Amino acid sequence: MPSLDDLKKRIKSVKSTQKITKAMKMVAAAKLRKAQENAEKGRPYSQRMQNIILNLTKSINDPENAPKLLVGTGSDKTCLCVLLTADRGLCGGFNSNISKLAKISFKNILNEGKNLKIITVGSKGLDQIRRDYGKYVIKKFSFKDKKQILFSEAELISNEIIKLFKKGEFDKCILFYNNFKNVITQIPRAQQIIPVENKFTGTKEQISSPYEYEPDEDEILEDLLPKNISTQIFKAFLENAASEQGSRMTAMDNATRNAGDLVDKLTINYNRSRQASITKELIEIISGAESL
Amino acid sequence: MSEKITFEIISPDRTILKIETNEVIIPAFEGEIGILKDHVSLITFLRPGLIKIKDESEKIFFVEEGTVEFSNNNLLILTSTAKELSELDKNFKEKMIKEAESKVENKDYSDKDRYLLSHKISTLKSIN
Repeated sequence: MPSLDDLKKRIKSVKSTQKITKAMKMVAAAKLRKAQENAEKGRPYSQRMQNIILNLTKSINDPENAPKLLVGTGSDKTCLCVLLTADRGLCGGFNSNISKLAKISFKNILNEGKNLKIITVGSKGLDQIRRDYGKYVIKKFSFKDKKQILFSEAELISNEIIKLFKKGEFDKCILFYNNFKNVITQIPRAQQIIPVENKFTGTKEQISSPYEYEPDEDEILEDLLPKNISTQIFKAFLENAASEQGSRMTAMDNATRNAGDLVDKLTINYNRSRQASITKELIEIISGAESL
Repeated sequence: MSEKITFEIISPDRTILKIETNEVIIPAFEGEIGILKDHVSLITFLRPGLIKIKDESEKIFFVEEGTVEFSNNNLLILTSTAKELSELDKNFKEKMIKEAESKVENKDYSDKDRYLLSHKISTLKSIN
C-alpha cells in the first residue's frame, strides 16, 4: 500500500499531465479548423487539374510520343516512394499509419525484385522507417521551422522529383499521405503521381467534348504535368496537415479522459487510505484509554 | 435566355472568384482571347497579363501564369498568382518590375521565358 504522501504526489502529477494534454487538445482543435478549411478549399484546384489532364490524355493520338511524365517510361524497374509525415509526435496513429502502409508497399516492391528509392518529408516518418529501410532513403525534407506549408514548398519537392525523373532515376512515383475524411477518421493513402493514374478523382462526371488547344496538346502537357505534380503534392500536404491536427485532437482528448479516470481512481484510493489511517488512530486512542 | 457563363478562378489554396458573367477576356499564351457564351471548348495556358471580366461592374485581375479550361459554358482558370488589381500595391509592383527586368537581361533564360517576362513588364507598367 503506497503511503498517503505518495498518492498525493501521483495525483498531482497526473493532474498536471492532464492539464498539458487538455491544452494540446485545445490548440489542435483551433489549428484543425484552419487546416480543415485549407484542405477543403484546396481540393477543387487539384481535382480540376487532374480532370483537365485526363481530358487531355484521352485526346492524345500518339501515345508513343506523349510526354514521359504522363505515360511513364514503359518499364517499372525502379519505384520512388515519397513519404509525407508530420514533424511532431503526440498525434495518435497519424505517423505510424502512413508508415505502416508505406512499409507494406516497400516490402512488395522489394519482393518483386524491383529497385526502391525513398524520399521522406517530415522527420517522424524517417524515424520510423530508418531501421528497416534507411539505406533506400535518397533524400529527406523537413519543414520543421515553417509554420504553414505553402505551395512553394510543394514546388520544391516536385522540382526535385522531376529532376530525378529526367535523369532516369526512377520509373514510377508513389505518394504516401493521410487523407482527411473527418476529425476522427483519416485514411492513409498511396497515390501514384508518375505516370498519371487513369481515373477520375472528381465527383462530377465530365463529358469529354473535343477541345481546341492553343498552343498544341504537347506544349500544354509539357507545361501542365510538372504543375500537376506540385499540385498533387500540395494537396497531400494540406490533407496531411488537417489529418495531423485531427488525429492529435482525438489522441489528446483520449489522453485527457484517461488522466481524469486515473485521477478519480487515485483519489478514491487516497481517501480510503486516509480513512483507514484515521480509523486506526482512533482504535489506538480508544484502546489506550480503556487500558488506563 | 441567359447570355451568361460561369467563371471561376481557383488557386491552390482557395477559390478566388466564382461568378456569372457575360464576357471574360483572358491573356492566353498566344494572344488575348475574349470568351462569350457558346465559345468552342478550349484548353490553353496564360502568359502574364490582365484578366478582364466584363459585366455591369468590371473586374480586373493580374495573373502571371495559369491554365484555362472552357467547356459547357464553364470557364475555369487555375492559377496560383491571380491578384485583383485594387489589391496590388505599388511597392510590390515596382519590385516585380525590377526583378523581371534584371531577369530579361540575363541570357541564361530561354527565349520563351524572356517572352513571358517582357509581357510581365509591359503589363505591370501599363497598370496605374
